[in-house]
Amino acid sequence: MDAILAFLQAVPYDQILIQTVNGIVTGMILALVASGLTLIFGIMDVVNFAHGELFMLGAYIGVVVLATSGNFWVALILSTLTVALIGAALQVTTLRPLIGRDPLTTILATFGISLVLQNYALWAFGPVARKIQEPFTGYFTLFYLEYPWYRLLIAGLSAAIIGGFWLFLKYGTYGIWIRATTQDRVMAQAMGIPVPWVHTFVFAIGAGMAAASGVLFGPLVGVNHAMGLDWVLKAFIVVVVGGMGNLGGSIAASIFISLLEAYASIWVSPAQAVIVSFVVLILTLLFRPTGLFVPTPK
Amino acid sequence: MSKRFTIAYWAGFGIVLALLTVAPLVLPEFWRRFLTEILIWGLLAMSSDILIGYTGMVSFGHSAFFGLGMYGAAAALLMVQPPNLWLAIAYGLVGAAGVALFVAYFSTRLRDIYFAITTLIFSQIFYVIIFTWTEVTGGENGLTFRRPALAIPGLFSVPFTSETLHWFVLGVVTASYLVLRRITQSPFGMVLQSIRENEARTRAIGYSVERYKIVAVMLSGLFAGLAGVLYAIQNRFAAPDFVYFLVSGEAVIFNVMGGIGTLVGPIAGAGFFLLLREFFGRIFGDQFPYLIPVGIIFIIMIIFMPQGLLGFARRWLNR
Repeated sequence: MDAILAFLQAVPYDQILIQTVNGIVTGMILALVASGLTLIFGIMDVVNFAHGELFMLGAYIGVVVLATSGNFWVALILSTLTVALIGAALQVTTLRPLIGRDPLTTILATFGISLVLQNYALWAFGPVARKIQEPFTGYFTLFYLEYPWYRLLIAGLSAAIIGGFWLFLKYGTYGIWIRATTQDRVMAQAMGIPVPWVHTFVFAIGAGMAAASGVLFGPLVGVNHAMGLDWVLKAFIVVVVGGMGNLGGSIAASIFISLLEAYASIWVSPAQAVIVSFVVLILTLLFRPTGLFVPTPK
Repeated sequence: MSKRFTIAYWAGFGIVLALLTVAPLVLPEFWRRFLTEILIWGLLAMSSDILIGYTGMVSFGHSAFFGLGMYGAAAALLMVQPPNLWLAIAYGLVGAAGVALFVAYFSTRLRDIYFAITTLIFSQIFYVIIFTWTEVTGGENGLTFRRPALAIPGLFSVPFTSETLHWFVLGVVTASYLVLRRITQSPFGMVLQSIRENEARTRAIGYSVERYKIVAVMLSGLFAGLAGVLYAIQNRFAAPDFVYFLVSGEAVIFNVMGGIGTLVGPIAGAGFFLLLREFFGRIFGDQFPYLIPVGIIFIIMIIFMPQGLLGFARRWLNR
């Protein structure tokens, strides 16, 4: 009995609460990245290896626009639009010729894109991390910590973007086109939906979402050329754990994994906390390869 | 007909081998080293060709096998005095085989894209472990050690010069090529190719597809580990950079550029890639990000030349 009490007293409740908030904040950003990835996969069977680089590119464009305009919101919107356009251009030039080939060629092509983008960023911006100034610097007290409001705002904004996107998919005309193309490409084409352009459009949306999350996340840590890989790996894990091509599952998995990583980093260094999400992935693959957050397939 | 092809094939093999053997005697030091490096990277690419070209599974995790080969060799060279070449190879192979068994057991449950992602994530696990476990692996700085002597116990022992190192690497790579070629032509290799062509039918015929895939990944990992050992011996260090995912990516690039499913293609691809890197480095200076033009060439090759440089000879090379 005493041992249990001692254990309960040793649990750092305040830290756990702080890490819960942290985990939800990163989880919402991750959800924004991963939902673009899972959407692109769901509609055209393309695993976008360059997704992390689009995230990174978005953050850099945010840095540049912020430096010239001085307004965070202008940076956010301009960066999203620019990267969406870049994404559309990339899709038309490299992925469209690959339609109908082995899906594995698309993973190679997007890997090539990611190499080019990452090295371009290194070349153009140098190896030193850049910082994005947050739009406002209010704090509230969370136990002994001064917790920035901005972080909560990020979580809210990410949720708003994802929610808006979901509404668009559900009720918008083009959203219905997208869902139709996901369900049956050939039939959608037969009904007069311009399937190749739907693909381009979806890739652009995914790229834009990645860019938006890049700008939002920029103020939390520095922006550097190598940040893309961490995010694309996490997003891959989320997409597999949540069930490929399943939007709701990805969101649940993002928060789940970010929370686990946040709790793990109470006891080990953040670099090692990443291993927790790897372990979750392995366990998922072993026991439920279709994904944790999907109904059991019959 | 078939006999004439066989003669032509072995004649071509002999000519290339002879050229590579003579090369260090005529080339200056820099290009000699360069050629040795091409062979080592070629061996890594060749090992992943077993998966990409013959079994139809794209691995993005070969850096784990390569890196464990390196660190295995480092362990042998640092712990056992005097440093012993064969012990380094043995340790490296054991390290790579252990990792390969682990990776193979989990990742072969998945196919296509999922396999690629899982292998990538596994290699990142090993990267994080090696990067953060500073007491054992030296962390970010890696490990440096002395190069062992080229020795056969009881017969002779000479220190490596750049020529003998080249010949040693050439010997190992040639032997690996012949072994891998024999394996891909064996009944086992045929099963792997039938998995690539039609997995469901292979299973329906009664082959245990999972078991074949596990063995294929382990085989591939073993040879990748061998490449890691050679690289460690050539450069006298082991660093976490070589466990990083970029190395796996390069192995895939070598394969695609050279031509998958040919075994020699990946070596040619490695040569092509390294020459491009050198070429851009010489023209635009060392700081030039050569991966931008090389990446663009890679994408163009995927779209317009999916067979790679040696793809036209694929049928002939596998005869």
